[in-house]
Amino acid sequence: MTAFTSAGAPDLQSAGPGGTGGDSPDRPRAISATSSDYWLTFGGSLIGSLALVWLLYERILPFSGTIGFYACWYVAYLVVFATATAVVHNRLIVVDRLATAIVTGAAGLVGLALASTVGYTIFRGWAAVHHLNFFTQPESAASPLTAPLTQGGILNAIVGSSIELGIATLVSLPLGIGTAIYMVEVGGRFSRVVRTVVEAMTALPDILAGLFIYTFLILALGFQRSGFAAAMALSVMMLPVIARTADVQLRVVPSGLREASLALGATQWRTVWRVVIPTQLSGLATAVILGMARAVGETAPVLIASGFSTYTAVNPFVNPMNSLPLAIFTAVRSGVPLFITRGFGTGVVLLAYVLILFSAARLLARSKVARR
Amino acid sequence: MTTVIDLRPAGSAPEPDEAPRSIRKSLSTSDRVFRWGTTAIGAMVLVIIGAVGSFLGYQLVPTLRDYGLRFFTENQWNPELNILGISAVLIGTVEVALIAIVISFPLALLTALYISEYTPPWARAFLVSMIDLMAAIPSIVYAMWGLFLIEPHALYLGRWINEYFGWFPLFHVQGGDARGALFNLEAFDSSPFIAGMVVSMMVIPLACAVMLGVFRQAPISEREGAYALGSTRWGMIRAVVLPFGRGGIVGGTMLALGRALGETIVVLLILSLNTDIKFRPLEIGGITTASLIANYFGEATSGQLDALLAAGFVLFAMTIVVNTIAAVIVARSRSGAQTEI
Repeated sequence: MTAFTSAGAPDLQSAGPGGTGGDSPDRPRAISATSSDYWLTFGGSLIGSLALVWLLYERILPFSGTIGFYACWYVAYLVVFATATAVVHNRLIVVDRLATAIVTGAAGLVGLALASTVGYTIFRGWAAVHHLNFFTQPESAASPLTAPLTQGGILNAIVGSSIELGIATLVSLPLGIGTAIYMVEVGGRFSRVVRTVVEAMTALPDILAGLFIYTFLILALGFQRSGFAAAMALSVMMLPVIARTADVQLRVVPSGLREASLALGATQWRTVWRVVIPTQLSGLATAVILGMARAVGETAPVLIASGFSTYTAVNPFVNPMNSLPLAIFTAVRSGVPLFITRGFGTGVVLLAYVLILFSAARLLARSKVARR
Repeated sequence: MTTVIDLRPAGSAPEPDEAPRSIRKSLSTSDRVFRWGTTAIGAMVLVIIGAVGSFLGYQLVPTLRDYGLRFFTENQWNPELNILGISAVLIGTVEVALIAIVISFPLALLTALYISEYTPPWARAFLVSMIDLMAAIPSIVYAMWGLFLIEPHALYLGRWINEYFGWFPLFHVQGGDARGALFNLEAFDSSPFIAGMVVSMMVIPLACAVMLGVFRQAPISEREGAYALGSTRWGMIRAVVLPFGRGGIVGGTMLALGRALGETIVVLLILSLNTDIKFRPLEIGGITTASLIANYFGEATSGQLDALLAAGFVLFAMTIVVNTIAAVIVARSRSGAQTEI
């Protein structure tokens, strides 16, 4: 195999500007373009286009701005790279390499955006997060908005988020998993109706979950705007997510396992309890955790159903209860620089919260793979 | 017939119940409880989440009675004068979502292709979990990122587009004459363009994950067939992966569109409120259904609250239609509902 490709590579290079060599039937085409020819063209084009763009962009043409510079560099790189490749290779290879450059560039841009989102939040929030009081004091401890970062924290938001998430999980876990078991194990015509409705409800915009709870629970039934109302709004969001993910997880349990259990004389209930659920336990846990990760970051429902408060509230039924997304929202809206720094700090905590849930889901999913 | 070998201990007489065991169709008690229990849970969930949908839909009745069909054609939302209408709101919602899709579609498609076709196998699992992580980042974090990091730069991008393509009506900005003596940057602030750009970040992982799932299912034999016929990698992608994944590309994009239509917080924080009907996405100001609700629910009278719920229902109807079409397209492009041993 190595001899094969190394014999092919020089031939491709020596094919000359006409580049008909690649079309001759007896020469294998190099699929992975990792020859020295590729790397030299790549590096040369990168440096050449940088020099060209610097000269044009910074010195000759009336342009300015960092983003514009990098965008122009990328475009110039594509042109130079394509031209340089076309000198040696035929059209097919030029197109292939150009496509590789564009695909890699786009993926790099998305990766850069993700990295900058996480990095920028940590960068701006570090000033608030590295004080211990940020985690041990409620927001009310920083009474004027301009209080230094060594006073006050977000303990109330952390506690509030955890309580709301706990209640929401308590409500939606049995309902979500139960629905999934019903849809997969019992089935029937009615289950198709349930599945259709559950799938439709995953499209519910988050703000409507909040508005529904606000109108129904708070205005019509007379509940207070409180942590409980927020938790109900969150469980309206979580329920379809958990039911649908668990549905997918249960459906991939091999039907041979079910049949084996039934053939041994087990009842359907025992089959579900002893065979189906243990087989896919980590998958079901993943479904629940993904629902939780989704719910903890939802801002719009808690904004409507609970409202903002700076004091630590432990009773979910009275008084507004603050939560992490709501604390960020209020901080950003305030426009006070120090308060915005606190907002970024809260963002770091929220990211950590999501990341912990997310890693737990990943580990569970991985332990399943390792066991097989 | 040959004789049947009797395996029973010698001496034991043939049992009286030699007749075949009856295969009972009636369920045992535990099964009956199980079936009724899970059916009850399913019905309960159906009632709960069905109630949300029908509750919202029911609010259309009083709203249409109070405000008439002008509710759909009026562009103002003025609670003091009680003139309420959602035409500007609906147009704004679609405008921001379409901008988000225009930006996110190529990025999601190319990223999915990169992870599926260009990444070495050892890095693939890591990149897939990065995409999942990107989907898990809360929208409020993206909103902060967009507001403080992206907007100051996106302003200049908007200005640049306006400067060179401003003759095209879509890129025109009122009061944003780039060649004027005084340059008015604020005309480019808080625009639907910037809001759509940040929303696109949130929907990229959604679309990317669906596309990735379909691309990975492109049959290996056809991939190798393409290579065997002398195709380059890009040629193989065009001939095998893209045609095979067409359903996933369309479905994933529609799913992203459904999500983008309902996004609240990013739009609420970035877009400054303005209920004029205008098709100038680079210009400051705009409104979407979600930001309308978040802005006005607090001070609304009961009639106005009905109107907000009705506006919410129209949004919900849009997202349901988009998502259902997406689900059908994605489901058709997959095969095998159950795994067999």
